Amino acid sequence: MSNIKSQTSNLTQEEVRHIAKLAGLTLTSTEVKKFQFQLNEILSYVSQLRRVDTKNVEPTSQVTGLENVFREDKPAPSSVKYKNFFKTKLVLEK
Amino acid sequence: MKPYQLTISQAQEGLKKKRFSSSELVKSCLEQIKKLDRKLNAFITICEKEALAQARETDKKICNSQFAIRNLPLLGIPIAVKDLFCTEGIRTTAGSKVLENYLPPYDATVIKRLKEAGAIIIGKTNCDAWAHGSSGENSDFGPTKNPYDQSRVPGGSSSGSAVAVASGMALAATGTDTGGSIRLPAAFCGVVGLKPTYGRVSRWGVIAMASSLDSIGHFTKNVEDSAIILEVTAGKDTYDATTPPKPVPNYLKNLKKGIGGIKIGVPKEYFIKGMERKIELQIYRAIKKLEKRGAKIVNISLPHTKYALAVYYIVQPAEVSSNLARYDGIRYGFGREKFGAEAKRRIMLGTYTLSAGYYEAYYLKAMKVRTLIKKDFEEAFEKVQAIIAPVSPTLPFKFGEKTADPLKMYLSDIFTIPANLAGLPGLSLPIGFVDNLPVGMQILGPQFSEELLFQIGWAYEKE
Repeated sequence: MSNIKSQTSNLTQEEVRHIAKLAGLTLTSTEVKKFQFQLNEILSYVSQLRRVDTKNVEPTSQVTGLENVFREDKPAPSSVKYKNFFKTKLVLEK
Repeated sequence: MKPYQLTISQAQEGLKKKRFSSSELVKSCLEQIKKLDRKLNAFITICEKEALAQARETDKKICNSQFAIRNLPLLGIPIAVKDLFCTEGIRTTAGSKVLENYLPPYDATVIKRLKEAGAIIIGKTNCDAWAHGSSGENSDFGPTKNPYDQSRVPGGSSSGSAVAVASGMALAATGTDTGGSIRLPAAFCGVVGLKPTYGRVSRWGVIAMASSLDSIGHFTKNVEDSAIILEVTAGKDTYDATTPPKPVPNYLKNLKKGIGGIKIGVPKEYFIKGMERKIELQIYRAIKKLEKRGAKIVNISLPHTKYALAVYYIVQPAEVSSNLARYDGIRYGFGREKFGAEAKRRIMLGTYTLSAGYYEAYYLKAMKVRTLIKKDFEEAFEKVQAIIAPVSPTLPFKFGEKTADPLKMYLSDIFTIPANLAGLPGLSLPIGFVDNLPVGMQILGPQFSEELLFQIGWAYEKE
């Protein structure tokens, strides 16, 4: 667990801008300030989980316990009807 | 009694006995929409032409075969659909301007099954954009109003669906519940809301919010109708790998079995400081009623309940940020500049907690605490067969009361979130009024115990 950067999260405005960039969002400077405050408030609330002892506890991601769901490799009609589609002439020649 | 006031089973009886036609039933609901929706804003799209055309087809079918109704459990029944469900050729917005003009080329599995059972889609209902919210105020199409007091919220995110059923604009409506989005509006609007077990109903074609939590359910006027619809929508779907091949019971068969001797737990963690006293008293009255019906009430404890909201606000935004990454303006709808404040907030929160170096501290930690919350329930269900609890610590609140403070808004779902984290089914039932506003309780059971929840709910209704 040594690669955990920080245990106390206090996002700077620069970090907020960076996260927005990663997420493909454009923020105004008012939004940056607002989200900085709100995200820090939420992160501080969720940080209470640090108090919970989770040693030897497995994480839950699939809640009903299904594993490796496969289907038979058989072709079936597509669920999408192509009636709204139209044909065009060849765009790229071989 | 006007047709729009009927339950599904009453309406089918009326259709069978030819007291009214499907066209008259649909028109009756459309009139309610025209009369009330300018104020309540429950619908984003009204499918008047399509619904009337389908009703005429239905009337022909009923005319030609007296068996049509027996074979099609929802024949001629007008149903409203949350605007998160893809409907072929009918605009599907998810309550967001990003998808303002999106026309899906196919029906969600649930919509396909409802149509095959004879249901008529009357319109697409308003919701918090992308189902993010507890009040309906995050809709890009304006908030839906609570029919009992228009200065108050109807609960969210499936706001329009709850209001449509509460005010007779449809006999039933579909919804989605990721952290309480069916049970909370059901409680705030005085209708029955079912959040099925995770995976019981296919999510295919329903715009995804948080994929490990999303549960597809519905609103009805009573428990019997809820059972009728689940029997149609539940079951394996090859397009959604989380739907197990588990057989779907005939929910109506044992509905009236009674609850004599059934042990029902009351978790002490759901009766907290800050809960409105008058709501608590209503819940105790409801508990008494169940006791009168023969249920045994047992005090239980779910010690990790207090961490559920924190787990949810890590897991859910993480999955939201991943699911909303596909809206790039190329494949569907408009670009990311159209996202509203709440979607942006959740996308950024999720992007942050999933980013390198923070994953273990946030997402992985939350998934471990999620295991503990699930275990709490598993241990409780060794002692009791079901649990009852309040749906909300407060009455429907005023518009604007919580919008400035996201965390305060998130706390509205404090009693509904644990069931989503554990994948349990929950049935939200109206139990009375406080200050002329509806109050609800929820019955929770082990995974895939919907049949039992309906039995308890039905017994409660009859008391």
